[in-house]
Amino acid sequence: MAWSRDQLAQRAAKELRDGFYVNLGIGIPTLVANYIPDGMEVTLQSENGMLGMGPFPYDEHVDADLINAGKQTITALKKTSYFSSSDSFAMIRGGHIDLSILGAMEVNDRGDLANWMVPGKMVKGMGGAMDLVAGVKRVVVVMEHTSKDGASKLLKACTLPVTGINVVDLVITDLGVFEIDKHGSQPMKLLQLADNVTLEEITAKTEATFVNALR
Amino acid sequence: MANKVYPDAKSALEGFTFEGMSVMSGGFGLCGIPENLIIALRDSGVQGVTVISNNAGVDGWGLGLLLETKQIKKMVSSYVGENKEFARQYLSGELELEFNPQGTLAERCRAGGAGIAGFYTKTGVGTLVAEGKETKVFNGETFVLETGLVADLSIVKAWKGDKEGNLIYRKTARNFNPMMATAGKKCVAEVEILVETGELDPDAIHTPGIYVDRIVKGDFEKRIEQRTITKRENA
Repeated sequence: MAWSRDQLAQRAAKELRDGFYVNLGIGIPTLVANYIPDGMEVTLQSENGMLGMGPFPYDEHVDADLINAGKQTITALKKTSYFSSSDSFAMIRGGHIDLSILGAMEVNDRGDLANWMVPGKMVKGMGGAMDLVAGVKRVVVVMEHTSKDGASKLLKACTLPVTGINVVDLVITDLGVFEIDKHGSQPMKLLQLADNVTLEEITAKTEATFVNALR
Repeated sequence: MANKVYPDAKSALEGFTFEGMSVMSGGFGLCGIPENLIIALRDSGVQGVTVISNNAGVDGWGLGLLLETKQIKKMVSSYVGENKEFARQYLSGELELEFNPQGTLAERCRAGGAGIAGFYTKTGVGTLVAEGKETKVFNGETFVLETGLVADLSIVKAWKGDKEGNLIYRKTARNFNPMMATAGKKCVAEVEILVETGELDPDAIHTPGIYVDRIVKGDFEKRIEQRTITKRENA
């Protein structure tokens, strides 16, 4: 069995470090907040203009003026600060956020990422994704290894319009974990296999080339 | 003494609207949108408007109201996924759309308001967003030139304001409102609480009154798009 959504989030949580300022994307990345290790201090940023995001509110505490980037109602913490969207993206684009965890449709072995549009379909927009991948110090992608029709999402070259080039540092899929030397020339490395996944299986389901760096 | 205070949203827009104009509208999703001024803009009947706003409202609320009446010619936004009428008009070719990355959109408004014609950013390099735009290498990294944005009118929403036009926003309802307030040739603000000049702490003011031409007190629905809650454990 490959990793479940929650196991993917759990694995992604291992990339957190004490004191990190982190931006989590919508979907599986949001679940990472449930797996922050006890005793570790991680501050979550919401790109609409908030640092120090708390959990969902109790029903009677719902505040229309307090939402996250997914437009969900949330709460503040003691350390919370609010600011404008331009200040928020100054944090992101200025390299002040330590880690961004986000979803993807395709990633290639040079760290190019596609996650915002499929030509011919209604395009909703990139939101803050292009800013996050261009500006955040470390970018971790969490995604299914293959599409619904079984095609590899880890490619030699992205087929969809990209969100950024040479931006992804680590890819965590339901089958395993890959490290990308996005600014260098090292090949993509397979670091870890998901539970009960074999090297043969992950090799067969990966179009991109990689070297075996299993520890 | 110039009077900035208007009795309602309708009168606050009088003389500020014209066919083919551009309007910046603050808010993120439905949070911190100038809901009364959007309705007044609809009721003014102004046509062919280019709207610069991070999102396009939802069906039946916010900028969705202006889409229903087909008053919007073009949207400049970063994310428009919450609106069926938007999708219909866009796919049928009735509505023009320019996507900007969210941070680029915010910075374009900030720059426009500050008299900065353009700026270089890494965001969007190598993507469709950078096509046809000038790029430049700084310290070995490629940046793309984006331009500052100004609009004929900006409409913003704040929590508190005074008669001088000084504004204070609340929580994440701040979002795009402060930059847009600076980047409109005219700016109209609507507030929940309007106080006498001198009652706001000068150190706490987010938008100084110089940017605000007119101010109006509104009543607000403050609709919520995604009401997510934590369930209480049974005691």
